[in-house]
Amino acid sequence: MARERKPKLAVWKFASCDGCQLSLLDCEDELLAVADKITIANFPEASRAVIKGPYDVSLVEGSITTPHDAERIHKVRRASKVLVTIGACATAGGIQALRNFSDVKDFVAIVYPSPEYIVTLNKSTPISDHVFVDYELRGCPINKYQLLEVVSAFLIGRKPIIPPYSVCMECKRKGNICVMVAHGTPCLGPVTQAGCGALCPSYNRGCYGCFGPKETPNTNSLAEWCKKLNVSRDDLTRFFRNFNAYADSFRKESEAHER
Amino acid sequence: MILVLESGNLQSLFDTLISEKYQIIGPTLDNSALIYDEITNVDDLPVGYTDEQDGGRYRLVKSGGKKYFDYVVGQHTWKRYLYPPEKKLFELKRKGDGFEIVENKQEIHKRAFIGVRACEIEAIRIQDEILLEGPYKDADYERCRQNIFIVAVNCVRPGGTCFCVSMGTGPRATKGFDLAITEIVDNSGHYFLIESGTKAGEKIMKEIKGKEADQNAIETADRLMKEAENKMGRRLDTDDIKELLYRNFESSRWEVVAQRCLNCGNCTLVCPTCFCINIEDISGLEVNSAKRVRKWDSCFTLDHSYIYGGSVRTSAKARYRQWLTHKLASWIDQFGMSGCVGCGRCITWCPVGIDITEEVQAIRESEGKGKIMADKEE
Repeated sequence: MARERKPKLAVWKFASCDGCQLSLLDCEDELLAVADKITIANFPEASRAVIKGPYDVSLVEGSITTPHDAERIHKVRRASKVLVTIGACATAGGIQALRNFSDVKDFVAIVYPSPEYIVTLNKSTPISDHVFVDYELRGCPINKYQLLEVVSAFLIGRKPIIPPYSVCMECKRKGNICVMVAHGTPCLGPVTQAGCGALCPSYNRGCYGCFGPKETPNTNSLAEWCKKLNVSRDDLTRFFRNFNAYADSFRKESEAHER
Repeated sequence: MILVLESGNLQSLFDTLISEKYQIIGPTLDNSALIYDEITNVDDLPVGYTDEQDGGRYRLVKSGGKKYFDYVVGQHTWKRYLYPPEKKLFELKRKGDGFEIVENKQEIHKRAFIGVRACEIEAIRIQDEILLEGPYKDADYERCRQNIFIVAVNCVRPGGTCFCVSMGTGPRATKGFDLAITEIVDNSGHYFLIESGTKAGEKIMKEIKGKEADQNAIETADRLMKEAENKMGRRLDTDDIKELLYRNFESSRWEVVAQRCLNCGNCTLVCPTCFCINIEDISGLEVNSAKRVRKWDSCFTLDHSYIYGGSVRTSAKARYRQWLTHKLASWIDQFGMSGCVGCGRCITWCPVGIDITEEVQAIRESEGKGKIMADKEE
C-alpha cells in the first residue's frame, strides 16, 4: 500500500526548555524510521529547511506566557490538522506556572534592570486553555517511546496506548520495592500518571510527579498520609508544586496546605 | 520420611537442587529490601533479618540472629515467575500478501522456589485452578508452572499483617509442596525439620545431608506452629462473609474507605491471587510488524471497566467495593473458593494503610449497630 505523499510533521516551541522536542531527536535508533515515514516540515531544532503548512501533525511544546504567544498558538492551530501538545509546560503550564501563585510583576521587578521592556502575562497556561488540542502527551520531559507511540498511532489512525493510571502500576510490574512503604519516603507515584517507567522509585527516590495527575487522583488522602511520615505543611505545598504545579488537582492540593 | 538437617548443612539442599538443573528462586536482599530472585548459596538468603509490618509500613530489621527464614512474605509474589508482569505473547510479521505469527518461544527454566509460605502455596493453588483447570486455560502459565519444585517454609513467627489462620491457609504447609521445612533454634541447636510431599521431594531428600528426625524435633516444630497460630497480626471473621458483603452492597462504609483509597492499584499488584491482565497490541512506525503484549492490570484503573461509552466503575467507592467483594465473596460463587489467602500484602503495601480486615469488620459492626439502634427504638 504505497502512500501518495508522506505526512508533514511540524514542531513548535512556546515557553519551554526544549527538552521535550529534543526527545524526538533522542529517538536515535528509530529516527531513520521516523524520517522515512514522515516529512519533518518544520523543526528548527533539527533542520533550517522549513516547508510551508498546513501540517498533518503538529507537536507543540511549551506554555503560553506572553501576549505574542497567545496570538501565535492560534496560527499554529489553523495550520495543523492534528495538534498534539507535548510535555508538562504545554499540558499544565510547566515549572514556570509557579508564577501563577504570586504576582509576576514582583519577579520582573527583581530580575530585570528595566522591567518596562518586559511584556508578559500574569499566568503561564497550558495550550488547551487557548486552542483545541487533539491529544496531550505528559511528562517533564516526555518519554520518547510514548512520543513514537502517539506519532505512530496518529499516522496509522488508531488510538495511542498511553495509560492514564498510576506510576505504581509500572513500579510494581518492574518489581521495585515501594519507597513509601519500605523506607517512609514521600512519593507522588500513587497520584501521578504512568509513562516514565517509574524512573525515580527505581533509584530509591520518591516520585516528583513529572507526568502530572493520573486519572481520578486522590491527592488529599496521600497528603494526609504524608503528614504521618512527618512531612510539614510547607513541604506538602512544595511536594505538589513542581513541574505540574498548575494541573488542577495538584494545584488545589498545594493550595490546601499553603499558609 | 522426616529428616533433621543441621543448619550448617542447608547448602547441601541448594547443591542438590542445582545439580538436578534447577534454577533456585528465593528470598534475598536487594537494596535493603526483601525480594524473590535467583539465588545459588545459603548466604544469599537474608540471614539474621526479620521484618516489621503494619498498614502501609514495612521495615526489614537486622535481628542479629542466625536464622535463615526469620521474616514472612515481602512485597514480591511467586506470580512474578509463574505469571510474569509483562510478557510478549507473539509477534506478527508481514509476509507477501499475508502475515506470519512468530510465537514467543522463550525457554523457561526448571525452577525451584525456596521459602514458599503456606499462604503462598494456597495462592499458587488458586491460580492453578483458575488458569489451568478453568474453561480458559492459559498456555503461558502452564509453561511457567510445569517443572516447579516447591520448598515450603513453615511460619513460626507470623508478621504484623498476617491472617492465614482466619483464611485457613497456614501457618503450616499441609499440601502442594515437594519439601516443607521448619527452622528451629532451641537448646539442642539450630536445625531444619524437613518433610517431603512428593516423589520428587523424596528424591531430593535422599541426596541431602540429613538424619532421621527424632520425636523431640517433631514435637518442637508442632509446638512452634501452634504458638504461631496465636500470634497472627490480624484476624478476619469469615463467618457468613459472602452474604455479609452481598447484603452490604450499599453500606456507607464504602464511602468512608473511598475517601482514603488512592485507587493506585498497589493492592492488586501485590496480591498473590489477583490475575487480571491487559492485552496491548503494539505497532510501531514500521507497519510491517506488530506485537501482542500481556501486562498485569488492576480493577482499580478506569480502563479495567471500560466498555462502549465509558467506564462502569468511575468512583473510587465502586472500584474498592468491586475488589474487596470479588476477593472475599463473588470469588466463592465464581470459583468455589475464597480469593484471599490472608498473606496481608494488600494491607502492608497499601501506600495509605487501608486494611481489608478492618474494612470487613467495620461493615460487620455497622450491621450490629444498626440492629442495636433498631432495638433501642423499640
